[in-house]
Amino acid sequence: MSDFSSAFSKAFYLLISGDAALMEIIMLSLQVSLSAVVFATLIGLPLGSILAVGRFPGRGAVAAGVNALMGLPPVVVGLAVYMLLSNAGPLSVLELLYTPTALIIAQTLLVTPIIAALARQAAEDLLEEYDEQLRSLGSSTLQTISTLIWDGRYRLLTAILAGFGRAIAEVGAVMIVGGNINHVTRTMTTAIALETSKGDLALALALGIILLGIAFAVNAALMSLRGTAERAAHA
Amino acid sequence: MLDAVPARPRANADARPGAALLEVRDVTYKADGRTLIDHIDLSLRPGAPTLILGPNGAGKSLLLRLMHGLLTPDSGEILWRGGANSLETRRRQAMVFQDPVMLRRSAKANIVHALKLRRVPREQRSARAAQALETSGLAHLAGSPARRMSGGEQQRLAMARALALEPEIIFLDEPTASLDPASVKAIENLIADTQGRGVKIVLVTHDVGQARRLGGEIVFLNKGRITETGPAAAFFRKPESRAARQFLAGEIVE
Amino acid sequence: MRKILNRVALALSAFALSLAFAGGPKAAAKPFIILQSTTSTANSGLYDHILPLFTQKTGIEVRVVAVGTGQAIKNAQNGDGDVLLVHAKVAEEKFVAEGYGVKRSDVMYNDFLIVGPPADPAKISGLKSAPAALAKIASAKALFASRGDNSGTHKKELQLWKAAGINPAGASGTWYRETGSGMGATLNAAIGMNAYTLSDRGTWISFRNRGDFKIHVQGGEELFNQYGVILVNREKHARVKAKEGQAFIDWILSAEGQKAIAAYRLGGQQLFFPNAGENGG
Repeated sequence: MSDFSSAFSKAFYLLISGDAALMEIIMLSLQVSLSAVVFATLIGLPLGSILAVGRFPGRGAVAAGVNALMGLPPVVVGLAVYMLLSNAGPLSVLELLYTPTALIIAQTLLVTPIIAALARQAAEDLLEEYDEQLRSLGSSTLQTISTLIWDGRYRLLTAILAGFGRAIAEVGAVMIVGGNINHVTRTMTTAIALETSKGDLALALALGIILLGIAFAVNAALMSLRGTAERAAHA
Repeated sequence: MLDAVPARPRANADARPGAALLEVRDVTYKADGRTLIDHIDLSLRPGAPTLILGPNGAGKSLLLRLMHGLLTPDSGEILWRGGANSLETRRRQAMVFQDPVMLRRSAKANIVHALKLRRVPREQRSARAAQALETSGLAHLAGSPARRMSGGEQQRLAMARALALEPEIIFLDEPTASLDPASVKAIENLIADTQGRGVKIVLVTHDVGQARRLGGEIVFLNKGRITETGPAAAFFRKPESRAARQFLAGEIVE
Repeated sequence: MRKILNRVALALSAFALSLAFAGGPKAAAKPFIILQSTTSTANSGLYDHILPLFTQKTGIEVRVVAVGTGQAIKNAQNGDGDVLLVHAKVAEEKFVAEGYGVKRSDVMYNDFLIVGPPADPAKISGLKSAPAALAKIASAKALFASRGDNSGTHKKELQLWKAAGINPAGASGTWYRETGSGMGATLNAAIGMNAYTLSDRGTWISFRNRGDFKIHVQGGEELFNQYGVILVNREKHARVKAKEGQAFIDWILSAEGQKAIAAYRLGGQQLFFPNAGENGG
């Protein structure tokens, strides 16, 4: 298939030429997915840690629920968010459907379970080692949680990256709540879906290659940040 | 008597030198249907160190955890200065574990964080941590990641961390069990130093040589029961229980 | 070090958050309407051609949500759009009759085609009658890819089967393959498995992955493809931007809008033929 080779040259050409429409789409994708990951982290890390540290009835059920939500299909999340934000839905007054904010909401819901579940696992492993020492020091539950988050920071970074990977790659949710509106809610993945449906497979694949490159760059940036931090801490 | 729980224990302890710091009353602890601590009574008073001696599996570490409040007895009670042992009273105690638990931070940050958990005011933490590192001879490693230090250094750091808390009592659970002779000596020096500062020491060991060197009160534990107690000198000269005699002779204890 | 990491994390979050809300004020600065429409019109490039003319004239931005006609109508029923532009007349008239839309007007038309592999296993090439062609496909049990998504094209296809006196549902999964996807995805699938399919002319002409597929049946009056435009009823959903929506409808039905539609060509071919007012709306 000649589409393969032409996809690579197209991807290269698009990047070199600094295609304005492409840049806009890349920026929106990054904006949406990074924002979603920030919110999901703010919710998921404490939630995961509470599930690891807390001793309350129903904890196991909640943890199992969070694990199951990791496998939630994006299109289901998109549909649920659409039904909430729709003018026929309960949150219509916010007027968020078909806006970037709607994309962020959908992706936050999609990513939070991943970060929470991985954070819970990391915190549980660490707690097994720290538990007696922290209790001996008279640590409160809140202090224990903050200790685990800080000491587990490198594993949590991996959890956050996993969340980012899911957010930047999903298409089902952003398609429904964003509507793939040109210059407003068109992301890399919905653009790929659009070009595929227009039969321009080479361009679609080229966009896919660029998306992969972006995901790789974000991963590399965060990993090198981790490396710098580790060297600075010698830890 | 119970009403007389002092607001400022240290001052009060000085006022009543003979009063028990910590009391174990008829404590039993079971796990999986087996009785591991069997109706133990014990009084810890300020002064000479208390050494809990006994063969493996005697329940020494369990007893230490029960006294520190990390485990809850199935029956009986543990009193701190005549009152209930609680999170509050645990904050006046410290414990060093056989395998030191090092946080993923620098040596100094390990101590600073422990002080933070104990709610020591922020402005005092750094100075107290530096002092503790100095005392334990680890000042040069202050910025090193704790988990990359040697086993001996880690255990000294664990000691330094415990001492920085300025506890009234310190529980040491075989702190030298897996260390080389030089590290053992360094830890024992730290213990002697701590003793000199008036901190009550409760040490679990199965190392007879260490017990002879540190002296103090011996509590001999076998199969979850105290078979005898008494001053170290008398214990080593003439152990009264059969189990203790076998233990000191290096035989298998029955 | 903790400070460094904190600061970096903070900076990253601030960056993301500042971006997160960047869309709000920008969007508020310019009036816009949401046009619920079909992939067949959007993918053809028609909107990229005509909408800038409208925006330039009125200052109103048109945001197109391109989905199947069934989903577009459902979205409009939910009030998630100001104007509906689709191609399923019966469903459109029902939409208006139920009070969701104000009024339906013809905008433009083109036609449907039956496309398929060059070998033409059902020997339908050159037939004028689409129902006759479908009957031959069914009797030859030649592969046929259906949209199967309740879209305007899908509805048209089902009408044609009915006219041919055949119910293909029983053959679903054998020679009759329902993709449940948009026109482009269905064309990709048809080409991938050498199946016939029904496509609108606009999508077919603008489609880039045609391979060696050919048009076998076209021109019959059953294949007529009428597009209609409807303003979503403000009485059902108070948030509908009736004034701006009506302005768009007025423009697209005006001589200027109709001319813009007629002027859009791809590869020298006209894709859509304006016919506002010709059939009395």
